Amino acid sequence: MSDTAQAQILTFIRGRYPQVEIDAAQDIFQLGFVNSLFAMELVMFVEKTFGVTIPNDELQLDHFRTADSMAALVGRLSPAPAGV
Amino acid sequence: MTVAAPVLLAPPGDQVRDRAAARAFVDTHITPHANGFERAGAVPEDLLDRIGAAGLWAPFLPVEDGGAGIDMVTLGELHEEVGRGCSSVRSLLTVHTMVSWTVRRWGTAAQRERWAGVLARGEALGAFCLSEPEAGSDAAGISTRAVPAGGGWVLDGVKKWITGGQRADVFLVFAKTDASIGAFLVPRDTPGVEVRPIPEILGTRASMLAEVSFRGVRLDGDALVGPSGFTAGMVLTGTLDLGRYSVACGSVGIIQACLDACADYTSRRRVGGELLRTMPLIQAKVSDMVTDVRAARMLCAEAGRLKDAGEASTLMATWVAKYFASTAAARHASEAVQIHGANGCGDDYPVARLYRDAKVMEIIEGSNEVQRMTIAGEAYREMTR
Repeated sequence: MSDTAQAQILTFIRGRYPQVEIDAAQDIFQLGFVNSLFAMELVMFVEKTFGVTIPNDELQLDHFRTADSMAALVGRLSPAPAGV
Repeated sequence: MTVAAPVLLAPPGDQVRDRAAARAFVDTHITPHANGFERAGAVPEDLLDRIGAAGLWAPFLPVEDGGAGIDMVTLGELHEEVGRGCSSVRSLLTVHTMVSWTVRRWGTAAQRERWAGVLARGEALGAFCLSEPEAGSDAAGISTRAVPAGGGWVLDGVKKWITGGQRADVFLVFAKTDASIGAFLVPRDTPGVEVRPIPEILGTRASMLAEVSFRGVRLDGDALVGPSGFTAGMVLTGTLDLGRYSVACGSVGIIQACLDACADYTSRRRVGGELLRTMPLIQAKVSDMVTDVRAARMLCAEAGRLKDAGEASTLMATWVAKYFASTAAARHASEAVQIHGANGCGDDYPVARLYRDAKVMEIIEGSNEVQRMTIAGEAYREMTR
């Protein structure tokens, strides 16, 4: 899940900002292009794509800094597969 | 009479849950009285009660929160119909919708328990407080501040052009905090809250605008809605998106009202013995209204469909819909007055009111200039993909 989530999140960010080089561990806030509009799009993308609802207490800066941290957030919020 | 409007088959019921019921409600309780609302500078209390009885205040809320769980496409259709009747009433719906949605989307269980039901029923009316005397579309420029104090907050600042402010029971106030811009639910009767009516305004004259002052207003910790920190700005972004959607749909209603008024007037008014409707220049104006109302309606439906699907692209679709619909409304309201001639400048017809209201649509929930900058920015991003 996390690898897939990481790749999908990276694809989304690269699609929105194709002019920047970015990898999964890169802090997108340090790149300086994140505004509230993009932040909202990002949250909507994560919730829609992975079928999760992000509670207020998970909406923290550190959880959205990198594709890795967002994938980890998705992993925490996703229900465990049956039998695991 | 409606022209180029969707065909409706469903009969109206007590609860307004679809376009057909909304149209019947508006044609009965709003349209015939809209010029009177404007003259009075207020929407009467009995209509506010009727809106509540019809379940129109926040029907998108889920059933467990007191709503009807209708989708966003349908909500847009309801707001279009109300906007066709009276933009002041639709404006009240818009800000109430923004407050209700915020409570639903970002509120804690306790906040939803306290507010969702009364908002859904219209027992408490909400108002959206962002604009200030020195900051409108420039949300980052607001000076109202919320300072942590004793586990709660102290709020200081002045909000201006607050739709429904004269009547609202609860204000959703945006204020700067140390971290970002926070959203706070402030009941009207909180000590330190002062409401001053703004009686003179270009359009939406019955929307009960007010300047609302907050002076040393002490709030509990649970007055903050949504996350604190960097993501608090998302509450504002999401709330404005929904407001923008409502204004876009309301603007479609204005175009429809212009079209209906012009089709009716030109079918009765003669010049040199000929009905106005037979004249090519009149037909050109009417054909443009027909085309634009259909195009604007489709843009709104697309934005609504994307919202229902939870697609992030709804944000840009809503910017586009609002820009197109509001500018078309202003253009066609001007032509509607022109078609009516001197009659269009008076109070016997709706078009002077539509003209005043349409101009406001180009300013609120993000001025057209901000919209164009945002839309162009997206276009350049897409070009580089």
